[in-house]
Amino acid sequence: MEPKQSVNDFVIKFANVNGTGSASANGMFAKAIFRMGIPVSPRNIFPSNIQGLPTWYEVRVSRDGYLGRRGGIDMMVSVNPQSFAKDVSELDPGGYMLYDATKPLDLRHVRRDIHYLGIPLTEMCLREYSDARQRQLFKNVIYVGALSALLNVDFSILKDLVSEQFKGKEKLITPNIHALEMGHQYASTHFDCPLGIHLKAGEQTPKHIQEFDQILMDGNTAAALGAVYAGATVAAWYPITPSTSVVDAFEKYCRRLRIDPGTGKKNYAIVQAEDELSAMGMVIGANWNGARAFTATSGPGVSLMSEFLGLAYFAEVPAVLVDVQRAGPSTGMPTRTQQSDILAAAYASHGDTKHVLFFPATPAECFSMTVEAFDLAERLQTPVIIMSDLDLGMNEWMSPPLKFDDSYRYDRGKVLSGEDLEAMTERFGRYLDVDGDGIPYRTYPGAHPTKGAFFTRGSSRDEYAAYTEDGDVYVRNMDRLLKKFETAKSLVPKAKIKPAQKPTKDALLFFGTTASPAYEALETLEKEGIHLDTLRLRSFPFTQEVEDFIEAHDRIFVIEQNRDGQMRRLLLNETNVEANAKLISVVEYDGLPVTARKIASVIRGHLGIDNVTHLVPKEKELAS
Amino acid sequence: MTYAKPAFRHPDAKTNDVGCTRKDYEGGLSTLCAGCGHDSISAAIIDACFELSIKPHRVAKLSGIGCSSKTPAYFLSGSHSFNSVHGRMPSVATGANLANRDLIYIGVSGDGDTASIGMGQFAHVMRRNLNMTYIVENNGCYGLTKGQDSATMDTDSVSKKGDINPYTPIDLVRVGIEVGATFVGRSFSGDKAQLVPLIKAAISHRGFALLDVISPCVTFNNHAGSTKSYASFREHNEAMPVDFVPRREAITTSYDAGVVHEVCMHDGSVLRLQKVNEEYDIEDPQSALDAIAHHAKEDRILTGLLYIKRDSEELHDVLQTASKPLNTLNQRELCPGSRFLDSINAGLR
Repeated sequence: MEPKQSVNDFVIKFANVNGTGSASANGMFAKAIFRMGIPVSPRNIFPSNIQGLPTWYEVRVSRDGYLGRRGGIDMMVSVNPQSFAKDVSELDPGGYMLYDATKPLDLRHVRRDIHYLGIPLTEMCLREYSDARQRQLFKNVIYVGALSALLNVDFSILKDLVSEQFKGKEKLITPNIHALEMGHQYASTHFDCPLGIHLKAGEQTPKHIQEFDQILMDGNTAAALGAVYAGATVAAWYPITPSTSVVDAFEKYCRRLRIDPGTGKKNYAIVQAEDELSAMGMVIGANWNGARAFTATSGPGVSLMSEFLGLAYFAEVPAVLVDVQRAGPSTGMPTRTQQSDILAAAYASHGDTKHVLFFPATPAECFSMTVEAFDLAERLQTPVIIMSDLDLGMNEWMSPPLKFDDSYRYDRGKVLSGEDLEAMTERFGRYLDVDGDGIPYRTYPGAHPTKGAFFTRGSSRDEYAAYTEDGDVYVRNMDRLLKKFETAKSLVPKAKIKPAQKPTKDALLFFGTTASPAYEALETLEKEGIHLDTLRLRSFPFTQEVEDFIEAHDRIFVIEQNRDGQMRRLLLNETNVEANAKLISVVEYDGLPVTARKIASVIRGHLGIDNVTHLVPKEKELAS
Repeated sequence: MTYAKPAFRHPDAKTNDVGCTRKDYEGGLSTLCAGCGHDSISAAIIDACFELSIKPHRVAKLSGIGCSSKTPAYFLSGSHSFNSVHGRMPSVATGANLANRDLIYIGVSGDGDTASIGMGQFAHVMRRNLNMTYIVENNGCYGLTKGQDSATMDTDSVSKKGDINPYTPIDLVRVGIEVGATFVGRSFSGDKAQLVPLIKAAISHRGFALLDVISPCVTFNNHAGSTKSYASFREHNEAMPVDFVPRREAITTSYDAGVVHEVCMHDGSVLRLQKVNEEYDIEDPQSALDAIAHHAKEDRILTGLLYIKRDSEELHDVLQTASKPLNTLNQRELCPGSRFLDSINAGLR
């Protein structure tokens, strides 16, 4: 089979052993492509393990600026014998297999329809280095050097990246560059470089990529910066993959930005709690006392925090939670992605409870939505949960630069100050609906010597915060909470609607990280003459446009990354349109980010159109 | 339901240094059973706050769930209060304290709330030496669900139904000393002379102050055979009398005999106590643990101030937070602005 040909449009996957230093070498490879101005999206596919198990790194290069997973692999860099058989089988026909040729290829794993590029990585390292650790680490750097020749990666950029990475440890720079050169030289002398798939700088990129001087960042760091910019002063958390780097990044930026220059003291407090229950308790205590506080967790943590989320909902205390979703249920697959906490988060806790959810799709949204979440949590006096996921949170995404409007002012919500209380002639009623929007006024402890104190409780109370078991008063309060949730609909981020090129009654609906591959699938289908309107959900409760959109279409494919079509169910539950027959579930839940190919193929199937191409042959052509 | 009390004030009622009468420290009418030890503790808290001339609005009251956790409604109605969820008061108190280090935090919990469902949070809040007073109203049973044994119930204590408790009790004061509380006292709801000065000292202490207050449950755990009944406790109590002298007052002792030990507190006030024996050093945790264990072995319950570490680092010291409460920082002080974001963006290219 002819080797694959493609400029700036291919997928390369690295198969490594966890804990061997491959992550930084692979990251350098992706960053170099990014610096060449070519759209790239790297993804770590890693095990719940520190050392020894197989780990992968998938880099998509997309001339068209698609950042989601495409599906299929054009080149495999195999440095892990454990996963070799599986890795070989994953390659698309015509693809390239770069492998460690120190030992001869196992003939059982030879395919005729792919191209093998053997480099004796282990042998080169054994010859060059005496130290075992160096032999291990430089193997990764050597294959990056080889790839720079094979794929046309700008070598000077790689050298710059090495210098930046080892700034302050200068003696590491020369050996790393030497290793890059060794790989480059080996590839140049042994293969026809560049390969059929390769990079070319200066090619036309799509407008949305050109418009900005792009940055490369992960969603967790962006959310952490959002918390810094929103003025969060208290963070309480319990370590859990894949959310841990949210608070790590928050701490990193606070150390730079929140130390009082005069005293050296900190204008923030971070506590690693004993568990997620305690983390959420601290967040609620701090918010109750007038500080902006947040936590970050993943599915198991959401389960544990549910009790407290119910308290915050009912006692009307603001709280911000970043849920970086992973594959459940229970411990599930801790290092794999999913969008499967939707229902658990929307209805966290017993009784009639509902929570405001945000669905960021990009790092820029992780930043802006986190800032917004603090405002909304205080405006509504209720928890706001940011529904990120592992793919968004832990992988680096190309993104327009983060923006912040300096004229924007925090909305601290309805808080009566000591002066407000002093001027008040009527009796303060903590749970009185003064403005008719369901949102009462609150006071901070210690605000006034004689006015404004109240009893916060998770038990039923009247408008003046006094305990009550009077059914009418209880119902009045529950109905006001519902009214407040209605008010939320006018305050949450609106859905993004994109009409098709031609009028249609069919549509796609998606949210979060499903958006990138969904938009890509949409363009593919459009080229095939299939037209679909799209709606990207950005929040719950659902705003009016969402209901109107469902109303206006006959068939809506709801694409999400969980087994049960949780968002579809939430839409059926929480909108006032008859949608059961209209909403068609398209789900992917194997723990890897859903691919554009998969979405397009499923939609074609639903529309009764045979898939135009079978990209992966059903049976691999194996060598005898 | 919290009943309002009549607003009548005696014109000659004594006022304290901040111009408040004792009535200003009261709360709603208690809905606990008549004779409940918890109400005596609420009264002792009222006396302590009045005598310390604390401004009621500078106190934040916190509790979990249970009979004990209802009591913040029955004292200091001029203070904000947070009745949280079962066993989780320590985390809410921690968050509240991080947000505003200038308030006085008084937590009230029970033996179920602390020693069972809340054991984890209880242990960790002590490890962190949060600056608060944590009062356990300890009656050895679950009152609101009608009398089940709690984890502080003594082995072989007989329940009202006649069942004998086979399990080992958790001694809260020993746990407290082991895991890092820096002020540990035990008292009895019926011993106002000991309890009020202990509460005053606990509030004045900088760091985590644990008070385990035996408070018999008149309805479910006050019968013959119960080791937490009024009668049993009075018989087995080995009390170390305590007196607390605020900073501004001259020192006069109410104890004549015995060994009087004076402890100068962080805020300059003085705690005077009479120990059971001279060997026992209340500033040495091992000595305290030995004394408690020794008395327990002799079937005596040692009460009074059992352990104190005066110069300790409370959580804010450990975290090195600014002296200005975090909840008073404004956007100008907290938000780095767009220029810094430009430099972040530049670093990500």
